[in-house]
Amino acid sequence: MNNSMTMNGGHSPGEVHSVRGYIFVFIALLAGTILTVWASFIQFGSREINIAVALVIASVKAFLVVAYFMHLISERKMIYLVLGFTAIFFAGLMGLTIWSLSPNSLIHIQNVP
Amino acid sequence: MDFPYIVEPRRDTGLYNAKLGIWLFLASEVMLFGALFSAYVLLRVGADPGMWPHGWLNVYIGTANTIVLITSSITTVMAWVSCKQRQFGRFKFFHALTILLAMTFVCIKSYEYHDKFTHYEITLASGKFADGHLVEKSKDFDLAKKTGRVTIHGYEVEHEVELMDMQRPEARNIHREEITIPATDIKKMERYGPWHHTYLAIYFTLTGLHAFHVICGALVIGFLWGPGSRMWKTDPERFTNRIEVSGLFWHFVDLVWIFLFPVLYLL
Amino acid sequence: MEKLVHTFPPRREHETAHGHDDHAHHDPGFWRTYIFSPDHKVIGIQYGLTSLGFMLFGFFLMLLMRWQISKPGVPIPLFGPLLEKVLGSAAPHGALSPDLYNSFGAMHGTIMVFLAVVPLAFVAFSNLVIPLQIGAPDMAFPRLNMASYQAFVIGGVVMLTSFFIPGGAAQAGWTSYSPLATMIPTDGQIFWLVGMVFIITSGLLSAVNFIATVIQLRAPGMTWMRLPFFVWAQFVTSFLILLAFPPLEAAAVMQLMDKVAHTSFFLPTGLAVGGQLANVSGGGSPLLWQHLFWFLGHPEVYVLILPAMGIACEIIACNTRKPIWGYKSLVYSALAIGFLSFLVWAHHMYLTGMGTKVAVFFQTTTMIISIPSVIILTCFLISLWGSSIRFNTPMLFALAFLPMFGMGGLTGLPLGFNISDVHLHDTYYIIAHFHYVVAPGTIFALFAGIYFWFPKMTGRMMNEFWGRVHFWGSLVFMNVVFMPMFKQGMAGMLRRMADGGANYSAAVNSKAGAEVIGGLSRNNMELHTWILWGACVLGLVQIPFIINFFWSIKHGKKVDSDNPWNATTLDWQTATPPPHSNFPEAPRVYRGPYEYSVPGHDKDFTPQNEPPK
Repeated sequence: MNNSMTMNGGHSPGEVHSVRGYIFVFIALLAGTILTVWASFIQFGSREINIAVALVIASVKAFLVVAYFMHLISERKMIYLVLGFTAIFFAGLMGLTIWSLSPNSLIHIQNVP
Repeated sequence: MDFPYIVEPRRDTGLYNAKLGIWLFLASEVMLFGALFSAYVLLRVGADPGMWPHGWLNVYIGTANTIVLITSSITTVMAWVSCKQRQFGRFKFFHALTILLAMTFVCIKSYEYHDKFTHYEITLASGKFADGHLVEKSKDFDLAKKTGRVTIHGYEVEHEVELMDMQRPEARNIHREEITIPATDIKKMERYGPWHHTYLAIYFTLTGLHAFHVICGALVIGFLWGPGSRMWKTDPERFTNRIEVSGLFWHFVDLVWIFLFPVLYLL
Repeated sequence: MEKLVHTFPPRREHETAHGHDDHAHHDPGFWRTYIFSPDHKVIGIQYGLTSLGFMLFGFFLMLLMRWQISKPGVPIPLFGPLLEKVLGSAAPHGALSPDLYNSFGAMHGTIMVFLAVVPLAFVAFSNLVIPLQIGAPDMAFPRLNMASYQAFVIGGVVMLTSFFIPGGAAQAGWTSYSPLATMIPTDGQIFWLVGMVFIITSGLLSAVNFIATVIQLRAPGMTWMRLPFFVWAQFVTSFLILLAFPPLEAAAVMQLMDKVAHTSFFLPTGLAVGGQLANVSGGGSPLLWQHLFWFLGHPEVYVLILPAMGIACEIIACNTRKPIWGYKSLVYSALAIGFLSFLVWAHHMYLTGMGTKVAVFFQTTTMIISIPSVIILTCFLISLWGSSIRFNTPMLFALAFLPMFGMGGLTGLPLGFNISDVHLHDTYYIIAHFHYVVAPGTIFALFAGIYFWFPKMTGRMMNEFWGRVHFWGSLVFMNVVFMPMFKQGMAGMLRRMADGGANYSAAVNSKAGAEVIGGLSRNNMELHTWILWGACVLGLVQIPFIINFFWSIKHGKKVDSDNPWNATTLDWQTATPPPHSNFPEAPRVYRGPYEYSVPGHDKDFTPQNEPPK
């Protein structure tokens, strides 16, 4: 009556199903949250370092969510292609826009009194 | 009619249709939030020196919301695992938690919004600024007619720039008290709404759009938890796929917050 | 034992659309069949008819504008009194006020791009043809498909409604630049932004659907390099829509916030309106809007052209009875165009004060992207060499597409260079350039596609004689309308001027007469009249097309087979019109899409699903 179920139930082989793995990722995410809040109170030399630290921690957390909770790490090439292009264009949007509007790039900036 | 790859994956891509569909949709959402993040960067970089706010949001509340969303992510995964293990009761339990956590998130966010909407910056006739939360307005308070008084719980400063960086060490020593200001002393009185500063504009837009996604995601998960779960009896594998697809959307919502939180609250 | 080949589930002979085993014989009724149908063919026709309606409306707006340009302040014949009655003081004495002219201009652009050409070229044709050409039963998400159409209609209704609200429709151009867009005292801008959100959402859902369909639902044997180029073109277009539209949606939300919540995303510090400092927080950036808009705006133009190239390819292959020359080059060029189109957008912003390094970067990428476009055109031209051309109506339009698009593309080159664009930006040269690409370019290919696929959907041919009348009339008068604009633009006539440049003309600025430096010459001004009458005749020549289209549905010459053009692609290897789920059982593909005139075969074409001997 309905479509046949495959052995893997719709997932590529090598799928991480272990609950222990997920709990581990959960704890890592909580730890990352505490860490980023704690790091934000530390006065490094300049704001740039705070920004860099926060973004690195956020990226690690994001990687954990995407790779394990969203199972990206066990997907095949097709999804990577789609997301890879997305990442490139996203970087282009952010990078080129910021470059175009940064004070060094503009011909002249009018100061409004 | 048997439509291919609704449940079983296509061999060369390893995907069933809906999973590819949701990833494509998420790619477009990355570009959507990405554009807003790039707007944030540009507005911040383009602001006059010292005039970009820091510390206008409560870090502890934001951390609590972060933990709420992360927990909802693990409950979402566990709900899907329960489906895979054909344990319907556990699925119901975990996704009930997910929905409760989503509602908690929205409640906390509403409280934060309310806090901003009761926070005022008052430009005084003397050129100084008073800043604080509204305690009460007198019954005859009318700014246009210049009648009445307003009482805020806050403090006064000489220059507007002193209101910006609330992360600086001196900010911890600010003493807040009840200040009553007659309407005749008030040149301008503005709430900390999106119109007040571009930082607030991008904050409300980013978190508002994010909250909209939280609500929509919770509605979908709620539907699948409730009336949608009828499919469990007729086609459990297809139902499991729906839980996975909605779960992917939910994780994306969590992902956006993972970046929103440090960018808006901490930096 | 694992099967090595995908096996489609077999399908029953007479199906109903809705996939419930127990409802095999129910009659869905009028509403489910024609209005709320998840069948891609019905949705494709719905999109097609709706977008053609919008195209006619947008054309009509343009006619009213051209009257005003040619005869400023003169009441419009026939429609002037109607305008005055409906719109009141916006159309005093039946002439267009400058504000009304501006709103017609903004809405003409918006409607033509987002409500006419994209829904027709991209959504309608993809819906009608892609599942058939890849051997699929329908789109991957039929109900989402239906929702896309409904969102599109809502967006269109919102846009149309904006004409009738106090203050009128949006007036800041189809580009809606801030701060003007926010400061104009009309709610029309809000309607525009809300309409755009619906239209963009509709497009995104369609893009998701088409990409998933092409990736997942190709029939067994339909490998990537056996896909008809039409499918590749629409596939790349879908990615452009998927990834380029969201930043515009984000920007639209921000501009909406500026208007409704009085934020200052795009409003700079110190903004003055009507001589007074605006009551806003400031701190925003008007350039930010431009960057986000053009990040979509540039891929958008490739969204307009790629489907047309795809359609032209199918028709050229079929009517030359030869394989298309350079299939692989076409595919890689389409992919290159898709990729590069994301990296060129600031060539629309050369005059915003960007520094040399930034301008050079975008100039370079813009020059590079012209290469794959030329490759595609060259492949089509080489395909004509040594072929037996069948000059039917679709082929005439497809052939004309080549030089017309070529002219549009080549005239883009001086615009891609920073130094020449400084002179040509915002002039009539730009108008001529982009109209050449879209009007005798894309729209000709769309006409070709309509004549070509009409028999598959209706079982009847459109009338050939009136098709040729439509073709020759359109070809001649498109050129009458747009060719003079190059000259006007190079002489410095700016776009979006309600009086057509009369205030800048030599007649006003000097006693000398014809050619005066610093004033638009009488010759250039007189060209407006040519253009007006050319546009009117162009409109008249569309009438035979409209009549032909509707008349032929019931009275056209019946086709003699399911494959009247003797084409090779899968869309022609099924019943006419195709039933729900398209094929009685999954086709099996054995060869590429353009096996025409293969030596050693008795027919001059070999369908993709014909088993090898």
